[in-house]
Amino acid sequence: MDPAARIGSRQAAGFNLIGVAAIVLLLGITVAVSVGEMSIPIGTSLQVMSNRLLGTGYEVGRIQDGIIWEYRLSRALFAAVLGAGLAVTGAVLQTLLRNPLAEPYVLGLSAGASSGAVAIAILGLGAGAISLSGGAFIGALLALAVVAALASASGGSAERVILAGIVVSQLFNAVTSYIVATAANAEQARGVMFWLLGNLSGVRWTDLALAAPVVLVACGMCLLHARALDAFAFGPDAAMALGIRIARVRAVLFGCTAAMVAVLVSITGTVGFIGLVVPHAARFLAGPGHARLLPATIMLGAILTVVADILSRILVPQQTLPIGVVTALFGAPAFAAILCRARRAS
Amino acid sequence: MTIAARNVGWSAGGRMVLDGVTLEAAPGQVLGLIGPNGSGKSSLLRLLAGLRRVASGVVTLDGRNIDRCPRGALARRVAMVEQQAATEAPVTVLDVVRLGRVPHRGLFSSWNAPDGALVDQVLCHVGLHALRHRLWHTLSGGERQRAQIARALAQHPQELLLDEPTNHLDVQHQLEILALIRRLPVTTVVALHDLNLAAMFCDNLVLLQNGRVRTAGAPADVLTRQRLLEVFGVSAHLGISPHHGRLHIQFLPPQPR
Ligand SMILES: Nc1ncnc2c1ncn2[C@@H]1O[C@H](COP(=O)(O)OP(=O)(O)OP(=O)(O)O)[C@@H](O)[C@H]1O
Ligand SMILES: [Mg+2]
Repeated sequence: MDPAARIGSRQAAGFNLIGVAAIVLLLGITVAVSVGEMSIPIGTSLQVMSNRLLGTGYEVGRIQDGIIWEYRLSRALFAAVLGAGLAVTGAVLQTLLRNPLAEPYVLGLSAGASSGAVAIAILGLGAGAISLSGGAFIGALLALAVVAALASASGGSAERVILAGIVVSQLFNAVTSYIVATAANAEQARGVMFWLLGNLSGVRWTDLALAAPVVLVACGMCLLHARALDAFAFGPDAAMALGIRIARVRAVLFGCTAAMVAVLVSITGTVGFIGLVVPHAARFLAGPGHARLLPATIMLGAILTVVADILSRILVPQQTLPIGVVTALFGAPAFAAILCRARRAS
Repeated sequence: MTIAARNVGWSAGGRMVLDGVTLEAAPGQVLGLIGPNGSGKSSLLRLLAGLRRVASGVVTLDGRNIDRCPRGALARRVAMVEQQAATEAPVTVLDVVRLGRVPHRGLFSSWNAPDGALVDQVLCHVGLHALRHRLWHTLSGGERQRAQIARALAQHPQELLLDEPTNHLDVQHQLEILALIRRLPVTTVVALHDLNLAAMFCDNLVLLQNGRVRTAGAPADVLTRQRLLEVFGVSAHLGISPHHGRLHIQFLPPQPR
């Protein structure tokens, strides 16, 4: 086969993979809206979604329609958006910071969001004018600003950014613990705990309407910079020598991913491991080139988070686990497995 | 006209690293940078590549201040191979060499056949075609260095900046790579530690010492017995080789004190 044809067929294979992933994602979402305290037959779920989205006129019960439309579909779609956003952020930060351990919360966003949330929920800051999510969003941006200032004051290299993120995360986590320990009653503490662990149960259409556009635009920007990200493989100087305007690329990509994570963390709390593990798994499947890696990461992140949401509702009968617990329970062993395979491959 | 530095100064860590350096590479020629460790060769190459900003003086490309050249246009003209390159990413030799095409490709243009042909060609030039699917971290030091040289050649530059491109290569590849660079119609500035290679392959040499140009000119004028003693602290016999007709240096062991 001549090189052009080979590349053509590889692109075709890439598109096929994305197509398969999209079908798996739709299947996952269908299952996700069917399981729960009241389980609904898959066929009925499909009919409800078809009625609502395509305007068909199947006969379905009003309660089933309500449960799926008001609660479960928005939640399932949000899980997909959440997973896509966290995973692509992990992939981009791992490349920009040249650190395979970088993940969406490495810049202190999650710690800041937690502090913001407890400041609202427990201290009553803002006197009811700001929602818990609003407080989390402000906290996340505040932490990010401190990390950015600290990192640039100390030289701005990748290691300094990571160290600044660690310091600021520790500081804000301490603030959170302080507030919980001194001011919260048992019930509040439990509520905050639940939020901190990453929780999808309160998610509604309004949340999706807020998060989906941000994630969509941010993912689009990341995809547009796929080739620039490739050029970072040998570090910022090498990228610059390949014609990449590194300051601009960094600003755009840090900005996009931070905005995305700030919105997501403010709605669901900290959902760990998706942003760390999924990029590594995707790299295994799609290779290191970002034009293939980023779409693979987005799809895989969405699928796995939808699956994690399903598991969170069926693992313990009559009870819903925080999704962050599920992603950690499955993500940690998955990461260990990837580590060992990577070692055997090298 | 091509790449030139005029009265260039640069400092780092509160220390003057380069001071009043002037040099010009003649089009199509190979200009060698020599000098002891820490004399400023790598720093000078980074300034010439536009990777660092000069503190004083100016670096020009075709007479134009390099600071004013757009990044992308610069990368289509000037390619650089750093003294060392490292990556954590699981990239293959082919991935690395293909990076050289990044400056030439539009945002949405896909990989095309001429790109592929050029990449294949430079892989053959550096003798890595058979290893093109190997992962970077499984390569030997010399293979990595040749992969980076191939990447720079894939940029199809008019100016090539090489920082000790042969320090990890076996003797065959040292000679082959330098002969290849001489053959190519590009202007090259190359930092070298092996003074015999410098004398054999460079049209002109610039000798740096403590961030300043000590002397510049043809190899036989720059490399004299007295200078080798003063700058490098070594004694040597110099002569024209009867075999290749160029300057040849035989170093003598240090005198016991
Ligand atoms: N970023 C920096 N911060 C502080 N000092 C620096 C920096 N970069 C270079 N230097 C100093 O400048 C001097 C010149 O360094 P450079 O790397 O240019 O030397 P070189 O001639 O390439 O040496 P070698 O032969 O060892 O490669 C050295 O003393 C080095 O310590
Ligand atoms: Mg050097």
